[in-house]
Amino acid sequence: MQMPVIEEHLEEIVERCVQAIETQGFPDAESWKRAVPGRAIVGCFPVYSPVEVFHAAGMLPVGLCGGGNRMEIAHADSRFQSFVCSIVKSTLEQGMTGVLADFDALVFHSICDPARNLASVYRRNFPGKKIEYIHFPQNFEAPEATVYLVREYARVAESMSELTGRSVRAEDLQASIDTYDAVRRLVRQLYAVRSDTPHLLSTRELYSLVRYGYLVPPEEHLEVLTRALAALSERQGRPRDRVRAILVGSFCEQPPIDLIGAIEDAGCYLVDDDFLIGRRWFVGDVSRRSSDPYLALAQSYMDASVSTPVKHDLRVSKSAALVERARRHSADAVIVLCAKFCEPALFEYPLYRRALQDAGIPHIFLEFEEKMWMFDRTRTEIETFVESLLFA
Amino acid sequence: MAEIQYQGRLHHLQKELMAEYYAALTASAHGSGVPAAYLLIGGNPVELLRAFDILPVFPEVNALQIAVKKQSLPYIQAAEFMGYSSDNCAYVKADIGLYFAGRKTPFATIPEPSLLLCNYVGCNVYMDWFGHLAEYTGRPTFQLDIPFIRTQAGAPSKGDVEYVMRQLERLVERCEEITGRKLDEDRLRESVRLSSLTGELWSKIKHLTKHAPAPYDAYFDSVTMMAPLYCLRGTAQGLAFFETAYAEMTERVAAGQGPLEAERFRFVIEGPPPWPHLRTFRDMFTRWNAVAVASTYSTVGGLWEFGFTHDPDRPMESIACHLLEWNLTNRNFLQRYQQIERYLSEWQAHALVIHSVKSCRLFSAGQGDMREYFAKLGVPTLLIESDLEDPRYFSEAQMRNRIDAFFESAGHRSIAQGAAL
Repeated sequence: MQMPVIEEHLEEIVERCVQAIETQGFPDAESWKRAVPGRAIVGCFPVYSPVEVFHAAGMLPVGLCGGGNRMEIAHADSRFQSFVCSIVKSTLEQGMTGVLADFDALVFHSICDPARNLASVYRRNFPGKKIEYIHFPQNFEAPEATVYLVREYARVAESMSELTGRSVRAEDLQASIDTYDAVRRLVRQLYAVRSDTPHLLSTRELYSLVRYGYLVPPEEHLEVLTRALAALSERQGRPRDRVRAILVGSFCEQPPIDLIGAIEDAGCYLVDDDFLIGRRWFVGDVSRRSSDPYLALAQSYMDASVSTPVKHDLRVSKSAALVERARRHSADAVIVLCAKFCEPALFEYPLYRRALQDAGIPHIFLEFEEKMWMFDRTRTEIETFVESLLFA
Repeated sequence: MAEIQYQGRLHHLQKELMAEYYAALTASAHGSGVPAAYLLIGGNPVELLRAFDILPVFPEVNALQIAVKKQSLPYIQAAEFMGYSSDNCAYVKADIGLYFAGRKTPFATIPEPSLLLCNYVGCNVYMDWFGHLAEYTGRPTFQLDIPFIRTQAGAPSKGDVEYVMRQLERLVERCEEITGRKLDEDRLRESVRLSSLTGELWSKIKHLTKHAPAPYDAYFDSVTMMAPLYCLRGTAQGLAFFETAYAEMTERVAAGQGPLEAERFRFVIEGPPPWPHLRTFRDMFTRWNAVAVASTYSTVGGLWEFGFTHDPDRPMESIACHLLEWNLTNRNFLQRYQQIERYLSEWQAHALVIHSVKSCRLFSAGQGDMREYFAKLGVPTLLIESDLEDPRYFSEAQMRNRIDAFFESAGHRSIAQGAAL
């Protein structure tokens, strides 16, 4: 979607992002591909994907976020059982119904067992597409893991280059890292604004701005974020009497945007979250880690990325990291919002619960599915939780 | 129907050996001074632990033993009370419940670990499981990261092997710290040699079910042999068990003996068993004179029957190859389709039964696609659902109806086709 260059209010920018997100299919990516012969689209399944590598190969990395609450699962549920999360099924459904027809490649990662098997099911059912699977290292204490990861990125780069005929040179990868670093810097800035002044930027707005980047080239996303920050600086408002909460558990399958809005409307300022965490994976600029771009990406993954349930870094206790995050953001409470049947998220909860109780931080545990469209129950639960905090 | 006796000499020998194994665990728990390491079944480096006289403890085996004895539910519920979800793996929940219940089972007291060795071979839940144990026990953990088989080549790269070898060297250092002694290369070679001989016998035993009648059920009787294969691999005791097993099975082949009165249906089964209802489940096949001639579950810890053998001349490298390539769990889902196709053809099976278990999504996620694939090949395929540990997910009447309908239909089909099933 091309944004006209005019003075805009943040609401207008956000609403255009929301429209793009809620459009079925990927018209922007398809237009991008058709504009120049030889271009290719790669769909990146959550959580983290090395988009820089694909971008440097001349591809548009599109973030796959499932089918949302407007897609009916008619075919994929005969392939994946009822106890498998929705995003696995809706992503397969997108393939089976032609939504991903223009995608040349899909990439999956070692995040959980269903996602891994989904890669195989895709490989069998869509022989015309390139299906890649990245095994991210899980031994964070071994220096060899970084060496391994460099090789893994080089392998995938070579594989994707077959589609575009453009091999990934170090300078191309460096340029792509610089572009995505710039995007991540602006996203970090927006997150900081929301944590400091959540009355000026809602999570629904922030979420929409970040997710827009899943659909368009990073250069365009950078421009939109730049304009959003400019518009945000004009905004004024007064804080309301709300609970400051951080929300965790929704790092893969995404809740409907209206559910995020309902949680806020129930009396919360969400001051940190792990929505769309894959595009906010690094805590600093990748390019500063090394002059070798592959090494910079790999080192950033190993030593300068966020704590999430799909990374098993024994150097960091994930529950201790959550408590630290809550304190850093001066949060009054934590909302654990897990996708139904998401094993990595659900497994984290008992340790979170123990650590939060020990730290005296109130929390609430909720589940969602991407396809849900009634939010009254969740809203009531959050309202009750908020009231218990405000009027305790 | 009178109760069928499935257990023979081999089963009794297995019980004796497992009782000795668990007695050693109990002794360790009570302060024998023998250090214990927790590790997982899917491709593992138990040979390395043997070289240090570290006792291997398999939480999966403990969990399934509890389930077979129909005692898993209270432990699962205790874990759910702590916040574990009804949708999380019930092996993990039973184990965590057991840990907080003092690690005492009817068959052993499980020792505290001196080392949590998380061999990550495909199963992502392994890392959550051992991560939690690390938090609860505060004991040292070693995360052994095994790159998944992910390319069209279907094999690990040279770099993958190097990466695993370097980690194994670090694991040696960790074991040296725990035991206070250097690695004895001769002990390692000996342990790998014993594993090699054990694996060869196990492979031969697996191939014996190509005979008709099959001398044993490659699912329900294989699990009996899998316990010593995992808990005693790399020991002389384990090897002796497989020598006995091979001798007994070859005798049965020579005598034309099978586990059933008559063998009518030969099928391949995919997925772990419903441990809390194992006997009931087996009876459902027995009543149709249906025998499993091959099972994917019996390859979770190793694929010896397709050519793997440990190599005492290259101990570390062969351990690395076992972890990377020669076990079911680190292979991709399509490689499992190929494995089943080989069983169907080389073991001359007529049907595929997919037992889909909610707990283990490594096995189950996508089995609807597997059914679709084999149905298109013209293989009669049945998909049934329950669980490997949680007794609440086993619906006996529904399960029996589906199995009855499947074999009834397979019988009609064979008559129509004039085949002698």
